[in-house]
Amino acid sequence: MKKHILWVAVAILLLLLFVAPLFVPRYYIGLLILTFIYGIFAMSLDILTGYTGLPSLGHAAFFGVAAYTVGILNVKVFQNFGLELLAGLSVTGVIAAVFGLLTVRSRGIYFLMITLALSMVLWGLASNWTALTGGHDGLAGVSRPKIGQISWDLGVTSHFYYLVLIFFLIAVALMFFVARSPFGVALLGIRESETRMSVLGYNVWLYKYINFIVTGLFAGLAGILFAYYNGFVHPSALGIGTSAKVLFMFILGGPGTLFGPLGGAGVIVFLENLISAYSERWQMFLGAIYVLIIIFAPRGIYGPMRQLIRRALLWNLSS
Amino acid sequence: MGSWGIQILNGITLGMLLFLLAAGFTLIFGLMGILNLSHGTLYLLAGYVAVTVVRYTNNFVLAAIAGMLIIGILGMLIHQRLLRYTSEHLPQALLTIGIALFFGDLAIWVWGGYPYMVRKPAGFQGSFHLLGNISFPSYRILVIFIGVVVAVFLWWFHERSRYGAMIRAGVDDEEMARSIGINIRLLMTLVFGLGAVLAGLAGVIGAPFLGVYPGHDMEVLTLSLVVVVIGGMGSLAGAFIGALIVGVADNLAKILFPHLSLFFIFGLMALILAVRPTGLFGRQ
Repeated sequence: MKKHILWVAVAILLLLLFVAPLFVPRYYIGLLILTFIYGIFAMSLDILTGYTGLPSLGHAAFFGVAAYTVGILNVKVFQNFGLELLAGLSVTGVIAAVFGLLTVRSRGIYFLMITLALSMVLWGLASNWTALTGGHDGLAGVSRPKIGQISWDLGVTSHFYYLVLIFFLIAVALMFFVARSPFGVALLGIRESETRMSVLGYNVWLYKYINFIVTGLFAGLAGILFAYYNGFVHPSALGIGTSAKVLFMFILGGPGTLFGPLGGAGVIVFLENLISAYSERWQMFLGAIYVLIIIFAPRGIYGPMRQLIRRALLWNLSS
Repeated sequence: MGSWGIQILNGITLGMLLFLLAAGFTLIFGLMGILNLSHGTLYLLAGYVAVTVVRYTNNFVLAAIAGMLIIGILGMLIHQRLLRYTSEHLPQALLTIGIALFFGDLAIWVWGGYPYMVRKPAGFQGSFHLLGNISFPSYRILVIFIGVVVAVFLWWFHERSRYGAMIRAGVDDEEMARSIGINIRLLMTLVFGLGAVLAGLAGVIGAPFLGVYPGHDMEVLTLSLVVVVIGGMGSLAGAFIGALIVGVADNLAKILFPHLSLFFIFGLMALILAVRPTGLFGRQ
């Protein structure tokens, strides 16, 4: 019975998302696109950090590398969506494979620090390699993919929204599948006790390593969509700010809940755009909000909210 | 030979500055396991303090004292008021990122988005003649000197002083240290303050030759992360050797690939991580 309700709710939500461009203003469609993009990104981080217990502060490395790969190809070489997508994911996969070799054997705060150091060096390179990346000014002029004769300009049609929506749904389905598969369950086991898993015969390192690459690829996909959406790639896409932002989405949504971080992504995307519309000092506000989140909601808003709803329901039933 | 020699000396200068920075970072990490990602921002704020103090008083020593004092107090406040809410690594690191964003943006608000250069202290504006025709800015020699003095002081403090013994006891067995009457909370706040003071000192000293500008905080944080990853997390000796390696490598690589010295440093870090995951002096 409960499962039925859930499926109906999901179906209604999907329907709403598909017809959204008909009645939602452009500005909010833009925010929805960003929510999808950061949603993929935050959910991939959840599989790495929430499911497997590898706290990465450098997840933006993959997001940014993919964005730059697509951006550079698009601006300097050719424009072909299929090839750009393929190249973006391949380069991200290679970088993730190399970073994984260097990071996966460390744990906890060491893992945190090494992932951060690696991603920050990439950030430094992107800021300084002006000939390739445009340096501090960023890389401008990334044009949205052209498929056939359709115009993908967001200002004219909603096609780009649908493109992102479709990629988003595919990615979410894949991540859901990964999380529920025996592989995902093994990851949970690794989070709880590495020793027990290796005694049971699991190659713990290999599971972590493959997971590092797979989640890196999802972050890369998010980065590719981000490059097209913005039409612009900036070193900050690789930096600590982006890694922290996605971690806050993950924390707000509730670690290890898979869909929670999607909600967290929505909250942060809307908050950020709201504040930046009213104040030039939005970074200060964002910093303050981050501090407040850690102090007041270190376990996210998902748990407390569910409790609140449950309490409200119980109260309704009893009265 | 001349230019290589100069580059190596430049590298040692940068290395000493990085040591001041990384020492504070690694001290805080070593005792409390806190990854203080606002460390670069504390450095930058000290630079801005120096800009203001030097503009009004034209006294560099005063700027250094003000920078260390203000940043030290700020550091202790951060630890006392904010970091007490959580004891887990990831939330702590994220909290310090929030602080870094806040103060980084606050600094742009107060000082504007322009780059500043602080004038070198009186008496250190010229050059110093070394062997034959090699001359070297005397301010850089001062930086090297201060770095060595601080290194010796920290070694003495950590290995020989009563407080150092208390810190080491706290790292090894916090409960035991607590039970013999060491006030670990206060000790931690003081060490956090010391780490911040070192960032403040580095920020003031670095201002005349690296400049003070928005975004510099994250560049500096990146370099100190690399130093600590190479040297071994939590180790002062590691910070010293790591800082020298990164400083010299950065300057030598700049001769070979002017804008891409980070590639070289990146390769170095990857190599060391591949061979020794805990860094040169790290313990697991």
